[in-house]
Amino acid sequence: MTVAETAPKAGELKAYLKTHMREYGLLFALIAIMVFFQIVTSGTLMRPVNITNLFLQNSYIIIMALGMLIVIVSGNIDLSVGSVMGFVGAFAAVMIVKMGAPIWLTIAASLLMGAAIGAAQGYWIAYWKIPSFIVTLAGMLVFRGASLWLLEGQSVGPFPPEFQRLSTGFVPDLFPRSVTEPIGALFGQRNLNLLCMGVGVLASAAILWSGLRRRARDAAYGVAGEPASFFWLRNAVAIGALLFLTFKLATFRGFPNVLVSMALLTLLYAFVTQNTVIGRRVYALGGNEKAAKLSGIKTERLTFLAFVNMGVLAALAGLIFAARLNTATPKAGFGIELDVIAAVFIGGAAMAGGAGKVVGAVIGAFIMGVMNNGMSIMGIGIDYQQMIKGLVLLAAVIFDVYNKRRQG
Amino acid sequence: MNAPMTALLEMRDITKEFPGVKALDRVNLVVAKGEIHAVCGENGAGKSTLMKVLSGVYPAGSYQGEIHYDGALAEFRNLAESEARGVVIIHQELALIPQLSIAENIFLGNERAAGGVIDWSETYRRTEELLAKVGLRDAPGVLVETLGVGKQQLVEIAKALSKDVRLLILDEPTAALQETDSRKLLDLMLELKAQGVTCIIISHKLNEVRQVADTVTVIRDGATVSRIDAREGLSEDRIVRDMVGRDMSHRYPERTPKLGDKVLEVTGWRVWHPEQAERQVIRDISFHVRAGEVLGIAGLMGSGRTELAMSLFGRSWGRNVSGEVRMRGRPVDVSSAPKAIAAGLAYVTEDRKHLGLILDESLRFNNTLANLRGVSKGGVLNEAEETRVAEGYRKAMATRTPSVMQKVGNLSGGNQQKVVLAKWLFTEPEVLILDEPTRGIDVGAKYEIYTIINQLAAQGKAVVMISSEMPELLGMCDRIHVMNEGAFVGELSAAEASQERIMSLIVAQPQEQGVAG
Ligand SMILES: Nc1ncnc2c1ncn2[C@@H]1O[C@H](COP(=O)(O)OP(=O)(O)OP(=O)(O)O)[C@@H](O)[C@H]1O
Ligand SMILES: [Mg+2]
Repeated sequence: MTVAETAPKAGELKAYLKTHMREYGLLFALIAIMVFFQIVTSGTLMRPVNITNLFLQNSYIIIMALGMLIVIVSGNIDLSVGSVMGFVGAFAAVMIVKMGAPIWLTIAASLLMGAAIGAAQGYWIAYWKIPSFIVTLAGMLVFRGASLWLLEGQSVGPFPPEFQRLSTGFVPDLFPRSVTEPIGALFGQRNLNLLCMGVGVLASAAILWSGLRRRARDAAYGVAGEPASFFWLRNAVAIGALLFLTFKLATFRGFPNVLVSMALLTLLYAFVTQNTVIGRRVYALGGNEKAAKLSGIKTERLTFLAFVNMGVLAALAGLIFAARLNTATPKAGFGIELDVIAAVFIGGAAMAGGAGKVVGAVIGAFIMGVMNNGMSIMGIGIDYQQMIKGLVLLAAVIFDVYNKRRQG
Repeated sequence: MNAPMTALLEMRDITKEFPGVKALDRVNLVVAKGEIHAVCGENGAGKSTLMKVLSGVYPAGSYQGEIHYDGALAEFRNLAESEARGVVIIHQELALIPQLSIAENIFLGNERAAGGVIDWSETYRRTEELLAKVGLRDAPGVLVETLGVGKQQLVEIAKALSKDVRLLILDEPTAALQETDSRKLLDLMLELKAQGVTCIIISHKLNEVRQVADTVTVIRDGATVSRIDAREGLSEDRIVRDMVGRDMSHRYPERTPKLGDKVLEVTGWRVWHPEQAERQVIRDISFHVRAGEVLGIAGLMGSGRTELAMSLFGRSWGRNVSGEVRMRGRPVDVSSAPKAIAAGLAYVTEDRKHLGLILDESLRFNNTLANLRGVSKGGVLNEAEETRVAEGYRKAMATRTPSVMQKVGNLSGGNQQKVVLAKWLFTEPEVLILDEPTRGIDVGAKYEIYTIINQLAAQGKAVVMISSEMPELLGMCDRIHVMNEGAFVGELSAAEASQERIMSLIVAQPQEQGVAG
């Protein structure tokens, strides 16, 4: 593969950076925030236990952010996800703890319940053109009440261990301890989860490979892509961070189960939104509904499906959340919708629809998560935490608008 | 008018760059006091950009070069500053707020008020004066959305007059107007000139330029190529030659129609207004198009031509749509846009900004949107293939853009139109319905689009062309239906058709009231 690389002038680099500020900005903001908290917490943030915790704490937000991104790109909003998440957790608790239903049946029924709730809301939004803000605001109230009613105001738990593993389990290593411990010792660690490390290395290679392939293709078609220096810098940072994190996890207990489902879902949704016909249509719908409709896109059905999808993901988040707390409480999920929506907007999605990326939403969720976690370690009160998070959201959006202005 | 005139405006060596595009490259423009100055050039030549530089939309500092206005160096930082000096621009895309009244629109941002409270009687009185000046007889309280495009254009001018305008800039003011409205507007310009207002007009309609302009500046590829004094006599061919850089002997490509079987046949088409249930907008229309044929539909704005096309295309407009559609003799279901596309229909909308394009997305994104199946396998998109397709159309239609990844919203108006057309060509339709396909398009590009239409016809496709430009219908169509008040009132073959006959068919019908917006 020989890609003719003409050395770009400094002016071009600057112009490129100007138009792509957002994408780089986000990644570097996350890293800067992590470094900052690493320093002020004197290293607590990046301890393997804490990193594992970070993933566990934020998994349900990230999972819902995937669905929320699609909803927002389609030009809508879903305020009900927190309540739906809590309600489905309660539903699962009642099924398992009170009725003794098998776990697989409970999971299937819960996801179906999520789909049904999404469909019920999506129906009014898509086919009756009732603003999503109103329908889901109603949904938020309804399902809050429904959780209370279902749980009769009590917490229900605990769950059987198999169900808890959904959230708190780890993927076991393929290799016995007799192999992994000596290797860990080489790095000055007690143990090193080889499966975890191996996956990290493979994933890094895959990222680099697909990036190079894309560049080659762009070059072949004369599409002016990223300048080489940026490409390598961005990949070096991303891969460095990935290897660093997997190493940390490998020295603890390896991959948490939720991390695996979260990563797979992220990949799936990134692929669907960027590379499939249905994903493309969602962007068209959010960008200009009338034009999309005249282009033969079934806009109503697409909106409907976006909400069904959101419902399923909220249900999954509800299961994971309940499994992590090991109990379903009537207050579960209160206010979570705001974290999810904030993550998507920090990630660069546009309020008006039509723009936003899955990777951005996930990074946005991590930015919020790291801040929550770091500030808690520092012992900052919840009062200040809320204010700081609010300001960060505002700053991210101002940064967006400022960038757009400069591009003129 | 032979007395030597002093320059009101001098733009010197204006250079303006966007990321990846040099839109203006040392352009010079000199406008004399009291004249009508036309700026001509191909799509994407930089005309609108030049006017945005002049009026402060692109603030001083974001471009290179100097602007001298009224004897002093002008460095406008925004529209308000240029307006304060009497420079008023009316943009290519109208900027009125449809839900507000004429009076409210005219004094928007410039309200007649005392202590923040609007003085309505003063507002209405002033509005009436201004409307009288532009020859509009509607009441000041009428909502702008109920006016046709022609009247809206006059409201824009009234708004400009309310600001003590000295230099009025009109960017393609007549692109969306039909003859009579254009005529009115041009007369108004001449009247303003008599009152001492200097005008800059951008237009692709060269006959109009010839009628009103004192001087013409031609821009090509972001640079001034000539400045023609029209008082010494002005020929359209001369302008065209400077615009495209070569001689163009014909405006319409040669056409030898080879007609085949009937492809599309519509019988008894009836449509009612979506909001006003008792108002019938399309009254029992029947027609057909043959393979290889270009069928024209003539009529005034509001005669229901767009409504006919949109209701045919997947019932995208109107209610209680009834009638039968046959493709190649077989009845087909065209009750939704996807079904209409599947049946082989394509509809190139007249309103490219709102109905045709997704402005925030790339040229490539828009190009493939109506036929994503053609660039995907098993629901997974092949971006390389998409790029290939978009590049192909870009070359074939000479669309001016740095790359197919450019945001469509950043293209010039005419180039956006080409993207809409490319989008529908890629669906490989049997019947292509074109609604004002060359609105805002330069002469060279028109020729290219006509050539594409002819090629399609030669391939055995059927083309339906709706247009307000009669010369275009006469130059391109094998047969013309004349439409009025939602019905077809006459049919002319290419040999019989002439502007006079079309007009006489339109006026033969007693005009009640406008049918649709
Ligand atoms: N905001 C922008 N960002 C990037 N490129 C732009 C932007 N605005 C204009 N351009 C580019 O600058 C060039 C000149 O555009 P401009 O709108 O001035 O053309 P025009 O002469 O008015 O054409 P038309 O007759 O089609 O309206 C075009 O190539 C266009 O794509
Ligand atoms: Mg223009």
